[in-house]
Amino acid sequence: MQDTAPKPATTPTRITGGVGDPSPHDSAHKHVAGTAIYTDDIPEPPGTLHIALGLSTRAHAEVLALDFSQVHAASGVVAVFTAADIPGRNDVSPIGKSDDPVFATGLVEHYGQSLFAVAATSMLAARRAARLADVIYKDKPAILTVDEAMDAKSFLSDPYTFGIGDPDAALAAAPHRLKGRVRMGGQEHFYLEGQVALAIPGEDGDVTVHSSTQHPTEIQHSVAHVLGLPFNAVTVEVRRMGGGFGGKETQGNLPAAVAALVAAKTGRPAKLRYDRDDDFEVTGKRHDFRIDYDVGFDAGGRILGITFEQAARCGMSFDLSMAICDRAMFHADNCYFLPNVRITSYRCKTNTVSNTAFRGFGGPQGMAGIERVMEAIAAKLGKDPLAVRRANFYAAKGKSAGSGRSLTPYHMEIEDCIIGELTDELVRTSGYEKRRAGIRAWNAKSPILKRGISLTPVKFGISFTNTLMNQAGALLHLYTDGSLHLNHGGTEMGQGLFQKVAQVVAEEFQCDLSNVKITATRTDKVPNTSPTAASSGSDLNGMAAREAARTIKMRLAEMLAVEAGTDVEAVRFIPGRIIAGRRTFTLPEAAALAHARRISLSSTGYYATPKIHWDRASGKGRPFFYFAYGAAVTESAIDTLTGENRMLRVDILHDAGRSLNPAIDLGQIEGGFIQGAGWLTTEELVWDGKGRLSTHAPSTYKIPACSDRPPVMNMSLWHGENSEDTIYRSKAVGEPPLMLGISALLALSDAVASVGGYAGDAALDAPATPERVLMAVQALKTRVAAG
Amino acid sequence: MAATRDYVVFLLNGERHEVPRSVPPTRTLLEYLREDLGLKGTKEGCNEGDCGACTVVVMEPEQRSTLAVNACILLVPMLDGKSVTTVDGLFGPSGELHPCQQAMLECHGSQCGFCTPGFVMSLFAMYQDVMEYHDGKPPTKKWINTVLAGNLCRCTGYGSIVAAAERMFALPRPEWDVSRQAVNEFRAIGLRSKASLAVKNANGQFYAPLALVELIELRRIQPDSIILGGATDVCLWANKQLRPLPILISTARVGELQQFSHGVGRMRIGAAVTYEAAWSTLEMVWPNLGELIRRLGSEQVRNSGTIGGNIANGSPIGDMPPALMALGSTLVLNGPEGQRRMPLEEFFLAYGKQDRKPGEFVEAVEVPSHETGDRRLRCYKISKRFDQDISAVLGCFYLHIDNGVVTSARIAFGGMAGIPNRAKAVEAALEGKPWTMATVEAALPKFEEDFQPLSDARASKEYRMLTAKNLLVRYFHEMTSDVQTRLVGDGERIIAEVMA
Ligand SMILES: Cc1cc2nc3c(=O)[nH]c(=O)nc-3n(C[C@H](O)[C@H](O)[C@H](O)COP(=O)(O)OP(=O)(O)OC[C@H]3O[C@@H](n4cnc5c(N)ncnc54)[C@H](O)[C@@H]3O)c2cc1C
Ligand code: FES
Ligand code: FES
Repeated sequence: MQDTAPKPATTPTRITGGVGDPSPHDSAHKHVAGTAIYTDDIPEPPGTLHIALGLSTRAHAEVLALDFSQVHAASGVVAVFTAADIPGRNDVSPIGKSDDPVFATGLVEHYGQSLFAVAATSMLAARRAARLADVIYKDKPAILTVDEAMDAKSFLSDPYTFGIGDPDAALAAAPHRLKGRVRMGGQEHFYLEGQVALAIPGEDGDVTVHSSTQHPTEIQHSVAHVLGLPFNAVTVEVRRMGGGFGGKETQGNLPAAVAALVAAKTGRPAKLRYDRDDDFEVTGKRHDFRIDYDVGFDAGGRILGITFEQAARCGMSFDLSMAICDRAMFHADNCYFLPNVRITSYRCKTNTVSNTAFRGFGGPQGMAGIERVMEAIAAKLGKDPLAVRRANFYAAKGKSAGSGRSLTPYHMEIEDCIIGELTDELVRTSGYEKRRAGIRAWNAKSPILKRGISLTPVKFGISFTNTLMNQAGALLHLYTDGSLHLNHGGTEMGQGLFQKVAQVVAEEFQCDLSNVKITATRTDKVPNTSPTAASSGSDLNGMAAREAARTIKMRLAEMLAVEAGTDVEAVRFIPGRIIAGRRTFTLPEAAALAHARRISLSSTGYYATPKIHWDRASGKGRPFFYFAYGAAVTESAIDTLTGENRMLRVDILHDAGRSLNPAIDLGQIEGGFIQGAGWLTTEELVWDGKGRLSTHAPSTYKIPACSDRPPVMNMSLWHGENSEDTIYRSKAVGEPPLMLGISALLALSDAVASVGGYAGDAALDAPATPERVLMAVQALKTRVAAG
Repeated sequence: MAATRDYVVFLLNGERHEVPRSVPPTRTLLEYLREDLGLKGTKEGCNEGDCGACTVVVMEPEQRSTLAVNACILLVPMLDGKSVTTVDGLFGPSGELHPCQQAMLECHGSQCGFCTPGFVMSLFAMYQDVMEYHDGKPPTKKWINTVLAGNLCRCTGYGSIVAAAERMFALPRPEWDVSRQAVNEFRAIGLRSKASLAVKNANGQFYAPLALVELIELRRIQPDSIILGGATDVCLWANKQLRPLPILISTARVGELQQFSHGVGRMRIGAAVTYEAAWSTLEMVWPNLGELIRRLGSEQVRNSGTIGGNIANGSPIGDMPPALMALGSTLVLNGPEGQRRMPLEEFFLAYGKQDRKPGEFVEAVEVPSHETGDRRLRCYKISKRFDQDISAVLGCFYLHIDNGVVTSARIAFGGMAGIPNRAKAVEAALEGKPWTMATVEAALPKFEEDFQPLSDARASKEYRMLTAKNLLVRYFHEMTSDVQTRLVGDGERIIAEVMA
């Protein structure tokens, strides 16, 4: 029958929306039309209860009494829940440490900690009532900052160290030596959509939870633990998030667990959506760091020996801090070979909210540390920091063997280093050298405004450092009309993962992208998934989906080979067609035929990243499959009277391997850069002396706005492909560009340094608010005046 | 007296919409759209006017404007008699995307998409504004930045959205026109805001009187009522502090309070005049005040917020009082006991305390003005972020120099004390002195007599003091040289240099 089927007038030579196509985000039309459904937009089933959390107003205190009489009396209140109502475990720790209670009992360990929940008929009623509880506290001394924790030796675990060579000897013998301290603030995710979960009770005590989460499986586990249910009784679904950035890797556990608890206890659907201020107070942030370094180097600026002491504020519980602090250590080298190095990491336990994953996962902090060292060395030697950076780069790809300059502090050989080449190209395209000279001349004539420029490189390790997490599953159905239904364990938070994976499937089947239906992530479709994090989404899920596609394709090929009397090898998927010997089939024809021949048209796919291993005890291994590289040149200006500052021009060259979708990748690069620059400039978290976050809303916490974007911004993708066998030789792109933003901080440093006639290191800490810039200017003026 | 209506009616996406009488007058438009009407296209990102995710567009009959506003800080009765367009209402007759949507799609302007409906509505307002009142001339990048300052996006880095703002003007103009349609509808159904409004139900009361006498009378009866200008401050009390607002009286329809006149020697700004309405005139007269307003709040906030509200609010970090004080403004109060006038600075008594008698309200502010393009006034707003941020320090300087001598100095600051205040010791140290750096330097220590600033989340007291002093230095440079002192706004040249 396929022989007689009408053929289209023209045979397509290319599919639309295959791999490498810059097609728009799959939901773009829905985004602009306002029809994309986020968790809070799901029509609420009748009778849905709304929940608000009751929060601690002490940083560290015993809870002596909780009185809810006024809460119960408030209008609209249906019920109040405390730890006593939890049938299972009162814990949502992502790593099973039992240190993240759903509701604190007896002891509160940070301001804004969840104590109880109010379920009411409206969100407003719940919020009003939650403030009416009478809580009696007995204060305990609180440790709030890294400095206090370091002094008190308040740690989550023992300090952890790794390194290579003999740094102490190298430091002692080095011709030049510098010590310094670098501080950088934390960062609030400020995903535009706050945390939200809607739980719907089912039969047999089952529950379905719609959650804005990067990690549906962990939501499933948390809910199951809290309710005392087996995992198979809990189903979690997420179609999309309104931003995640790491802030929805573990932080969705609490609202989901509470919503599920209320649903289970009342038998009614229940929704918990944090008000923005609550979201700021209840959820963890990027860790702020204090990094002490001691570096020895030669006259050319080459590092001979170095030690880092990284102290991170983890907050009151583990959450993911161990892995985050590890990643900060893994990135303490950035692109630089450190022949003798020791990195020590202190995981400070403080009475503040438990800090969590944030794009880069500790990497940015580690990297910012060594970039500041580069600046300090350059200032000391009177060199262009770029020259110092180049002098320290790892041996280039193809030249690493036998170079003696390719071993990382964690004993992994770097074989794919392209940073030298990439930097050369960016220096050329950005006109760095000439502009740097021009800026210095301009500064000499401008007494108040000063400009600065900086080029910083990025090398970011791709893979979860917890090896077992590097696996993914997909589920693909081919229906008899030839349409495809795609599902996988990855979640969509705006990064375009669904689009990219769908492009992979379209490419495999050589059908148009519009033929691939993208569907919500659900724990009952693909089980036991890893979080969509560590930039791994398309690497892992793309491969799993390809595997599923190839399984179905192989079945079709075998069938069509028989049908056409040819070999399987002679069956080819070409745009819009399948060729089997002398016969041609469309995908719908092939699908219908397979069904008629009783061949399964559904398949799972599975992928586990090869080559990686990591032994934490010895500090040795290959934690990363490969590295993503990039570099940015930022030019900024400061006002030396007020410290106000802004970016003027940015040039970026970034390595996304062979891009699956260049439009999406450029979007990630631009957004990542701006987010990184925001972290280091305007975004300042301020706590008051009592441990309360004073900057708990966008009125006081300032993420970059439209005009903060530099007026000139040039971005390009590096032309090379991944030397490892990743999905179509692409590279992960979610996190690495954030660290390009380090150049924004250092451009400001360069501008500040002009005040002292470039005689000293500006040592500008982050975030470089107007205040910090002005104070650095003052400090430098004083130092220069003092000689 | 004009007719009074006791229910709220407006056009919603082109159709007449009558609000059920049970809806509390304090319900925000955002709650109403999402929770009561199930229109979920409009998003909540912050519930305090800072993120723009809830942006909708409001039009008024017989008013040539298409205004983007934040639905989270608007109360439902404030929309009475207006036309509201939400993202759900932009489609063409067969579901076509509006150019502002199409451009966003083509330029990859969305990633997570949560901010997108808000951006789309800000772009829509800009599109209508340009098409209807600016001959379709596409806006500059700088203007786009200003229009979009109130919309935060955490994903894109904004480049693609700015590209969309440019691209939409290159797309064919849609045949359907949401706003013109709305205006026609107004006529068709005879909707006029020319009635006063009195909405009362079990949850509260909302009055929008038409005449000053009505307002005075209402205030006499209800001296504890809360006056509403644009509600950009008041809504935060409701949304964030969860304060009940039992009786609200809106100034938005009071004719006398709407008046904005610019006569010889004097400008009179009625208390209910919005920033948007006053902006271009103020900018023409005092270019630096125009720049201050550009940085005050955002497009959405300026479209709702009033100058009277900024003064009456009495905040130590309100931006208008220092500027108006530097210009020597007079405040006009009115109330059951009659009208009073006072120099603006005398209104602010202490933190949270103003010179207001029971039932009294702000009627207007009067500003002496003699010439246009008066650049002697300089307003320096210092904040962590340039756009849409509250001032850490605001310094406003207005000096008259005659033959090299300072003949008069008026300097006022926000953020330096519990109230906006003059720097009288500094002024005294300058007046009568030669206008030289030596005079400036001698005056700097006087700041410590005038102010003892505090530390808070926006800045430390040390920074505030140092910056305040440095701003006088900046003023001196700006008045006496062409040294570059500005990174943004009036006098900024650095961007053009980089672009060249
Ligand atoms: C996102 C955002 C950003 C903002 N940014 C800035 C900024 O940069 N700079 C700045 O200065 N402000 C800023 N504000 C604050 C606010 O917008 C301004 O203070 C605005 O001018 C208030 O005017 P309104 O008409 O909205 O006041 P409303 O909220 O209506 O009223 C404010 C107060 O004044 C009283 N009031 C109003 N009118 C009268 C009257 N005629 N007589 C007596 N009392 C009256 C009210 O009862 C209330 O106490 C911002 C607000 C938001 C939400
Ligand atoms: S929700 Fe953020 S401005 Fe309204
Ligand atoms: S696209 Fe995610 S916040 Fe703008």
